[in-house]
Amino acid sequence: MNSFISYLASGISLGGIYALIALGYTMVYGIAKMLNFAHGDVIMVGGYTIFLAITSLSCPIWLSLLIGVLVCTALGVTIERIAYKPLRGASSISVLITAIGVSYLLQNLALNILGSDAKTFKSVVTLKPIVINEGLKISGETVVTIIVTVVIMIALTLFINKTKMGRAMQAVSEDKGAAQLMGINVNFTISMVFAIGSALAAVAGALLCSTYPQISPYTGSMPGIKAFIAAVFGGIGSIPGAMLGGLLLGVIENLSKAYISSQLSDAIVFAVLIVVLIVKPTGLLGKKINEKV
Amino acid sequence: MAMLEVKDLHVSYGMIQAIKGVSFEVNEGEVITLIGANGAGKTTILHTVTGLLKPKSGSILFEGKELSTTAPHKIVKYGMAHVPEGRRVFAGLTVYENLIMGAYTRNDKNEIEESLNMIYKRFPRLEERKKQLAGTLSGGEQQMLAMGRALMSKPKIILMDEPSMGLSPLFVTEVFDIIKQISASGTTVLLVEQNAKKALSIADRAYVLETGKIALTGNAKDLINDDKIKKAYLGE
Repeated sequence: MNSFISYLASGISLGGIYALIALGYTMVYGIAKMLNFAHGDVIMVGGYTIFLAITSLSCPIWLSLLIGVLVCTALGVTIERIAYKPLRGASSISVLITAIGVSYLLQNLALNILGSDAKTFKSVVTLKPIVINEGLKISGETVVTIIVTVVIMIALTLFINKTKMGRAMQAVSEDKGAAQLMGINVNFTISMVFAIGSALAAVAGALLCSTYPQISPYTGSMPGIKAFIAAVFGGIGSIPGAMLGGLLLGVIENLSKAYISSQLSDAIVFAVLIVVLIVKPTGLLGKKINEKV
Repeated sequence: MAMLEVKDLHVSYGMIQAIKGVSFEVNEGEVITLIGANGAGKTTILHTVTGLLKPKSGSILFEGKELSTTAPHKIVKYGMAHVPEGRRVFAGLTVYENLIMGAYTRNDKNEIEESLNMIYKRFPRLEERKKQLAGTLSGGEQQMLAMGRALMSKPKIILMDEPSMGLSPLFVTEVFDIIKQISASGTTVLLVEQNAKKALSIADRAYVLETGKIALTGNAKDLINDDKIKKAYLGE
């Protein structure tokens, strides 16, 4: 029982990280109708920024985190401005190829500047492990990740549904032309979505590198792909879907690692995705609005 | 000076010239209608006026301000609202949220609340359904919502694109009654319609559009009795 709870807790925590990354994928897909495959590498940039701020600049942890978030936000907005905005209206395959290109660019820049060897990342979490009973200890990273994820999800849901900017994002996702006719600045709104998604990626990067204390230029790519799957799993374009998809994916992955086979865990995750997509092609919470005409 | 003055407008889609030198003007307080067959360029003209399309040449002056080089989201602030063809309400937002989106350019909460109550008074159906998703409304109700949403920006002029399209005869009559009310409350109206008879019956002046050019213009009362118009557009 103890081991099950501990596996479950770390699964939820891993799922929370996937969910934070998946939110960036799903929000960008919703508003710009594109898959931003460079999103995973923004996590890596966030991780390195925090790592360098702590080790080279000897910044306190809070300041390093803030720098990481700011750098990623600026990076996300810049990528959109330079690489994606000129392609608005171009075929989706061109945008997809560009996104993959940006992903390789970031990875190779990191390889060039920082080298290919993985570095040890000192956890940004200072919370001591929580001892529940003799056999059950939950790490500080797990607890902090779960709390941070829940807080961010609540804040983001409120932001999207209750604020003017959040509603504008929904309007632009649905119909750019009609949104413009309301007086919404579509370009600015899309930039804001990239900013939020990239800020979340920085947070995810900090949590990921603290839980698995290593960083390399490829740190972001596998979690990025997993989070993309989580977004599709939950229904791409849907914010609650990304949250649910991320959490489920993390839990399934961790429990299959623990009880079935750690080598098969990824295969099991993909198999579950395939089954879900066969049964419900729009993903768990993806919906087609039945619009009367 | 006219409130809206369009001069020698040319618009192209790639190599295809859709609008070939159209000029017209709308004076404050008027109801002006652009009529014409499918593909004559009516919707293209409205989209160009509100900035969704950029013209190849020509000018669009609204109260002396040039619109052809202005971003669409700024044009709303000048006091121009556009009810687009096919209504284009935000299906995933509630009726209330759609109306609030219409007031996006305004900041005074009390005034927005006041406008909202006015819209609810004019369209009681929208108040009944304010918490419903807009996508679940009937076509006629969506048209009411699209008009209400446009009025939420407190426009000086409202552009309407085929508001009667696809509606039952009962709703068509209602829509034209509402346009008359909007005009009576002091908002200038530029109406694009295929239902020429109804449009001419409520308009002051009309422009007849044929394959990207103005073919005929005049007082609506005169045009409704014009033999050529009768034959081509009124089906008599």
